[in-house]
Amino acid sequence: MADTLTAADIRSGRLSDEVLKDNFSDLHPRLDPHEAAVEADRCYFCYDAPCMTACSTSIDIPQFIRQISTGNPNGAAKTIFAENILGGMCARVCPTETLCEEACVREKAEGKPVRIGELQRFATDHFMETKEGTSFTRAAETGKRIAVVGAGPAGLSCAHRLASHGHQIDLFEAKGKMGGLNEYGIAAYKSTNDFAQKEVEWLLSIGGITVHSGMALGRDLSLERLQADYDAVFLSIGLGGVNALRAEGENLENVEDAVDYIEDLRQASDLSKLPVGRDVVVIGGGMTAVDIAVQSKLLGAENVTIAYRRGPDQMGASKFEQDLAQTNGVAIKFWSKPFAIKGEGGQVSGIELERTELNENGRLLATGDIETIPADMVFKAVGQTLVTKDIAAEGEGLALEGDRIKVDEQRKTSLTNVWAGGDCVAGGEDLTVAAVEDGKVAAEAINAVLTA
Amino acid sequence: MVDLRSDFVGIKSPNPFWLASAPPTDKAYNVVRAFEAGWGGVVWKTLGEDPAVVNVNGPRYGAIHGKDRELIGLNNIELITDRPLEVNLQEIKQVKRDWKDRALVVSLMVPCEEANWESILKRVEDTEADGVELNFGCPHGMSERGMGAAVGQVPEYIEMVTRWAKKHTRMPVIVKLTPNITDVRKPAQAAKRGGADAVSLINTINSIVGVDLDLMAPNPTVGGKGTHGGYCGPAVKPIALNMVAEIARDPETYGLPISGIGGVTTWRDAAEFLALGAGNVQVCTAAMTYGFKIVQDMIEGLKDWMEDKGYDSIDQVVGRAVPNVTDWQYLNLNYVAKAKINQDLCIECGRCHIACEDTSHQAITNMVDGIRKFEVIDEECVGCNLCVNVCPVQDCITMEQMPVGTIDPRTDKPISADYANWTTHPNNPSSANFEPAE
Repeated sequence: MADTLTAADIRSGRLSDEVLKDNFSDLHPRLDPHEAAVEADRCYFCYDAPCMTACSTSIDIPQFIRQISTGNPNGAAKTIFAENILGGMCARVCPTETLCEEACVREKAEGKPVRIGELQRFATDHFMETKEGTSFTRAAETGKRIAVVGAGPAGLSCAHRLASHGHQIDLFEAKGKMGGLNEYGIAAYKSTNDFAQKEVEWLLSIGGITVHSGMALGRDLSLERLQADYDAVFLSIGLGGVNALRAEGENLENVEDAVDYIEDLRQASDLSKLPVGRDVVVIGGGMTAVDIAVQSKLLGAENVTIAYRRGPDQMGASKFEQDLAQTNGVAIKFWSKPFAIKGEGGQVSGIELERTELNENGRLLATGDIETIPADMVFKAVGQTLVTKDIAAEGEGLALEGDRIKVDEQRKTSLTNVWAGGDCVAGGEDLTVAAVEDGKVAAEAINAVLTA
Repeated sequence: MVDLRSDFVGIKSPNPFWLASAPPTDKAYNVVRAFEAGWGGVVWKTLGEDPAVVNVNGPRYGAIHGKDRELIGLNNIELITDRPLEVNLQEIKQVKRDWKDRALVVSLMVPCEEANWESILKRVEDTEADGVELNFGCPHGMSERGMGAAVGQVPEYIEMVTRWAKKHTRMPVIVKLTPNITDVRKPAQAAKRGGADAVSLINTINSIVGVDLDLMAPNPTVGGKGTHGGYCGPAVKPIALNMVAEIARDPETYGLPISGIGGVTTWRDAAEFLALGAGNVQVCTAAMTYGFKIVQDMIEGLKDWMEDKGYDSIDQVVGRAVPNVTDWQYLNLNYVAKAKINQDLCIECGRCHIACEDTSHQAITNMVDGIRKFEVIDEECVGCNLCVNVCPVQDCITMEQMPVGTIDPRTDKPISADYANWTTHPNNPSSANFEPAE
């Protein structure tokens, strides 16, 4: 095989429109009312429920499931939104198998947890489709103004919570659309029918939030100016940079950042126009790696391989995600790291992967054992980084921890009246639900300071 | 070899499973299907006098469901048969002729005049049916006309009509009792005084099964109004079991054959009725929910259970638990049990804790040494069994009897081997050991 590398085979329209539509339909179609009632009845209404503790936003899960079970889905949704205004998106994208559903006592009892995520989807969809506006009402105007920078889950959550307390919010977003990774990053089959935009619109209906799109920190905005102009600032700018592979051939054509391709995919109006390789290799082991691998496969790539330098237990993608990849025909090569990307005429033609192993001290070592597999496209999904130069000039005192913004329990940064949350802060889980919690906690902290 | 054959007041059937007088036994078509499926007998749906009654043409049933639509309780407002008497009698005759080995009993309900009863009994006798059942139980519609439960609620009427029935027929007479009374022993005693060969119980319980909150009317709603109906199905079984046991152990009715009715859905339900003194059982709701085939599992299940337990025949089971049904005052107060939680089976849902903490005796932990853990505090546990009942895991919590001689940590008293009940307790003013409060 290794000797017969061919020129890059990258084409769009590998699959019929019908197949594409089916491939990118809802991963978990919404439960119907009877299914929801039966599933809700499985919940034991645990005391001090472990699922609640496992939820970053501490949604009162037994309570909302009971509300579904008693025929009050909108009440259930109110319970969810009270803790997590993006409960609709979290119901779709949360890795529940490692959060609430892993903690569910039914998981312990029978290996089959209550389908909490799907029940949450049932309730939140019901509310958003049958009620006007969010479940919050705005308090009287306080006259306080807060800048929220970045309209991803953290920013949206923070802006909404602050608006509910009667403050005026200017919400700045670098991209054209609000939503952050909900709009640009989540796998398409997890958020169908333009849900991310619908949710943003719904969330903004609370009022008091003025949206400014196309406004980037470091380009159109400066933190210093924002601090001067506003009573408080919340930074939720995500991770704008992408880690490098540090392998030969990284600059060849068709070696792409997975996040960029996913963004194109999410924004594509016609998936049949999106080119994909015949042989696709993904480097990385997180959710993004699985997302790009599965979506490449669903677009019609024939052979999709994830190369991950460690084993299944260390993989950032959950067992469920690994299974999802494998049932979609994606091969996962563990203990395998890129050695060099091979090209022909400037285009990718294959990739040399080197086997890795752990030494007795637990250090990852390259073994020198190299194999070459064909590749028309190579996706880098080896993590994202915070672009610090956009935030504050060096020496301005914004403390970092590792390579992300340092915050305290209240999501307060080292700067006066600046809070931060979401992927850009240190210590988080890089999950939508964690970002929502950051925004909520910061909003309450800001509100406490401003109304003190 | 287990023999399921049943002889109930001389009426023989290949098994003790009869269909109760109800919609499933309204016509030959249904009854033949039931016999083909294996039912041991039927009580034909109640016959009345011509002109036949009419039924509502809207909904006749309402139900209580579990979340997966499991039918837990059924309510009906149907009346007795709405077909002409002669049609029913002809069909009964034909079916009995074709199915000689099956029990065919005819349920009856006519106005409280001797002549009316005499007349219909003669006509039923001509069908060669095996017996009659006097419907003194129907709680809706017919009772407004002075029949059904209106008779069953007055012991003197029961006795009087039973006496007429015995006088005017050679067939066995079974008196079907209503549960809509305060003490079921009274109507049973009356039936016995009137010469009844047996009683059958329970008929349906007066009920409003639910309210339609949009129409603001009871379910089932007929043209915007509803009426109380008769409740049956699995939900009523505990009520029926108690009533059967009360009659089985009452000195005045002791030995009076009982046909057990009320929520029998499985072989186990049937075994429980038999154990509490029923000679056979009658089934309706289970058949109306699942169809007649369910009798096959009832037959096989009862047979397998009897074989496992070494019972050869139904009469070895009948009444076997009756001696163990007693009054509260005779329960042994020296029996002490404590709940025990099997930590290997515990899934840590915490329901036992919160039930005990909020509503009982604060005898179950939720945290031990800072770790989520549910353990019984013997010093507080009164052995009430609530935790056992709310635990979602079978056999995870058990009630363990404290051995004689050990100290009950709740009372600091040793467990006594003696039997001591309320009648001898010092707190009982009527006890010889009574110790008045200071």
